[in-house]
Amino acid sequence: MNERTARTLLIGYGNPGRLDDGLGPALAQAVEAAALPGVSVEADYQLTVEDAADVARYDRVLFVDADTSGPEPFWVKRLRAADDGFSFSTHSVRPEAVLALARDLFRAEPETWLMGIRGYEFNGFGEGLSDRARTNLAAALDWVESAIRQGGFAEVLPAAGQPDAAPEGHETRR
Amino acid sequence: MATMNQKRVIIEPVTRVEGHGKVSILLDENNKVTQARMHIVEFRGFERFVQGRPYWEVPVLVQRLCGICPVSHHLCAAKAMDLIVGVDTLPPTAEKMRRLMHYGQTLQSHALHFFHLCSPDLLFGFDADVAKRNVIGVAAEFPELAVQGVMLRKYGQEVIKATAGKKIHGTGAIPGGINKNLSLAERDVFLKDIDQIMAWSRGALKIAKDYTLENLEKVKDFGSFLSNHLSIVREDGCLDLYDGNLRAYDHEGNVIIDQVDPQDYNKVIAEEVRDWSYMKFPFLKKLGPEKGWYRVGPLARINTCDFIDTPEAEAERKEFMAITNGKPNNITMAYHWTRMIEMLHAAEKIQELLHDSDLQGEDLVGKGERREEAAAILEAPRGTLFHHYRVNENDQVEMANLIVSTTNNNEPMNRAVQKVAADYISGVPEITEGLLNHIEVAIRAYDPCLSCATHALGSMPLSVTLLDCEGSVVDQKSTA
Repeated sequence: MNERTARTLLIGYGNPGRLDDGLGPALAQAVEAAALPGVSVEADYQLTVEDAADVARYDRVLFVDADTSGPEPFWVKRLRAADDGFSFSTHSVRPEAVLALARDLFRAEPETWLMGIRGYEFNGFGEGLSDRARTNLAAALDWVESAIRQGGFAEVLPAAGQPDAAPEGHETRR
Repeated sequence: MATMNQKRVIIEPVTRVEGHGKVSILLDENNKVTQARMHIVEFRGFERFVQGRPYWEVPVLVQRLCGICPVSHHLCAAKAMDLIVGVDTLPPTAEKMRRLMHYGQTLQSHALHFFHLCSPDLLFGFDADVAKRNVIGVAAEFPELAVQGVMLRKYGQEVIKATAGKKIHGTGAIPGGINKNLSLAERDVFLKDIDQIMAWSRGALKIAKDYTLENLEKVKDFGSFLSNHLSIVREDGCLDLYDGNLRAYDHEGNVIIDQVDPQDYNKVIAEEVRDWSYMKFPFLKKLGPEKGWYRVGPLARINTCDFIDTPEAEAERKEFMAITNGKPNNITMAYHWTRMIEMLHAAEKIQELLHDSDLQGEDLVGKGERREEAAAILEAPRGTLFHHYRVNENDQVEMANLIVSTTNNNEPMNRAVQKVAADYISGVPEITEGLLNHIEVAIRAYDPCLSCATHALGSMPLSVTLLDCEGSVVDQKSTA
C-alpha cells in the first residue's frame, strides 16, 4: 500500500463551512482543476495520522492552510519533521507531525513545504471566501502553477524586519 | 466566582482548532478541591445556518459542522431527510452502502482514538515523560503498532471515500437513498486487505482488554461513578450503530426507557441550560435533570445492547459483561475496551457487507409522500447523535435541532473531572504535568469532539493556570 507512485502531493486542509478557513481546500480544488502534470491533490478538513502514509509515497509535498494573520497574499516556507507536533487533546495533527510519522513509520522524508494563505473571516458558519481571501487564493494558484512548471518550490517570505515578516515557526503566528 | 482563600486552576486543553474547552478547578486555602468543571463552547449557530436551506442540501451542509465526524452528521441528516421525502425503508443497496460508510467511519475513528490519543497513556503510563507519551513515542517503541494504527485509519477513510464520494463534502447519502453503488473493482480492493484489518483490530482489542484486566484495581475507580446508560438498539435488542430505537438503563441495568421511536425523542429527553456552560446538559425527562443524565458512546452501547450480531465481537462482549455479572459496567476507563470491541465489530460488518452482492445493486433511491418534520438518531463513534428538522412547503428547512454525542456526555465528563480532581489534585501543593494528564486521561476516555470551530495555522498549547483568590497567577504549566 506504500509504493512510491508520483512526484508532488498537494494537501489543502480546512473547513469550507467556516468561511476563509476553506482556503486550503479551495486551492486544492483549483489545482486539481488545473490538472498539473505530476501533481496529485488531496483535500480534507484537517490533517490526521493517516496522511503520513500518503505523504510517504511522494518526492515532494506542499501543505496548504489558511492563515489568520501574517503577510499577504501568502507565504511559503520549507518544513521539516518535528516530534512535538502532537496534542493529546485534538484529533488533528500538525504538518510537522505528519512528516515525523512518515519518517518514523515509513522511512520517507519527502521535500516538504508549507503554504499559508492569508484569510480574514473565520468567525462564523458560512460557505464562500471573502473577497480579499479570494484575491490571495488567485495569487497562490498562480504561484503553484508557476513553481510546478519551473520544477520546484522556493520560500516566499517577506523581508525581515517588516511588520508582516513571517516568524521562525508558523506555530507562533497568532 | 472564587471567594477569599480560594484558588482556581484552569486547564484549557483544546485549541481553537476544535472549539474551546477548558477545565476549571477551584481550590481552598489548603488546596482542597471545592469545585471542578469542564466548559465547552458549543456553536449553536449552526442550526440557524441550516435554516432556509433546501432540505436536499442538508446532508452535505452538516458535514461542515465537524471535521472529526462529518460522516456521522452526513448519515444522520440523510436519515432524517429520508423520512421528509417519505421513504421509510431504503432500497437494500442504499441501506447497505450507508452502513458500509458508517462502519468505515467507526473503524477509522476508533482506530485514531485508540492508537493516537489513548495508547500512549496505556503503554507508557499516565505519569510517563510527556516527551515520550505521544504517538511518536509509540512509533519509536512499538513501530508495528503505530503502523497498524495509521493503516487501520487509512482503510476506514478509503471506505468512506468509496461510499461517500470523497473525504470532504461527501455526497453519497441523499434523501431517500444513495447516489452510487460499490463497483466490483472497489470491492476487490477492500477485500484484499480486510483479513489484515480484522487481525489488527483483534490485536488492538487485546491490548485494551489486557490493560484493563491487569490494572483493574487502579482503573476501576479512576474517574468512575454510577450512571445511566443510553443508546439506540435494534428491535430485538441487538447492537446497531446505524438504526434503532432508544433504550436507557440505570447503573444496575433496570430499564428506564426502551424501544422509544426516534420521532418521540423529545418526549423522553430534554436539555438543561446552566449559567456556567455554553453546552447544554441533556437528561431523561422521566428522572429529571438531577438523576436523569446519562452516558453515551461505546461503554453505554455495550451496556445497553442484549447481543452483537457478529461472532467475534459478541464473544468479546460476553467476556466484558462477565466482569460485572451481566450488569452495566460503570468504569470510565472501560470505554477503551468497549471501543475496541466496536472496532472489531465494524471490521466484521465491513467484511460481511463486502461479500453482499446488494452493494452492486442498481436500485439506489426510494420514493414516498413528503412529510414536514422528522427526527433521526445514529450511533456516532462518540455516542448517540440526534438530528431533528422541520421543512416548509417551499422545501426550506424551518427548524433544526441537533444533540451531538459530546453534548450527551457533558454531565458524565464533568463528573469524571470532579472525581479525578478530588482523588488526585485535592491537597496537592503543585500541579505537575502528570497530574494535568490525569484530568485529560479521564476526559479522553469519552473521546470528546469539540471540532465545531474553524481552524487555521497555529495552535494553542494546553495550559493550566493556578490563580489565587485575588486572580493572580501562582503557577502555570502547558503542554503541546
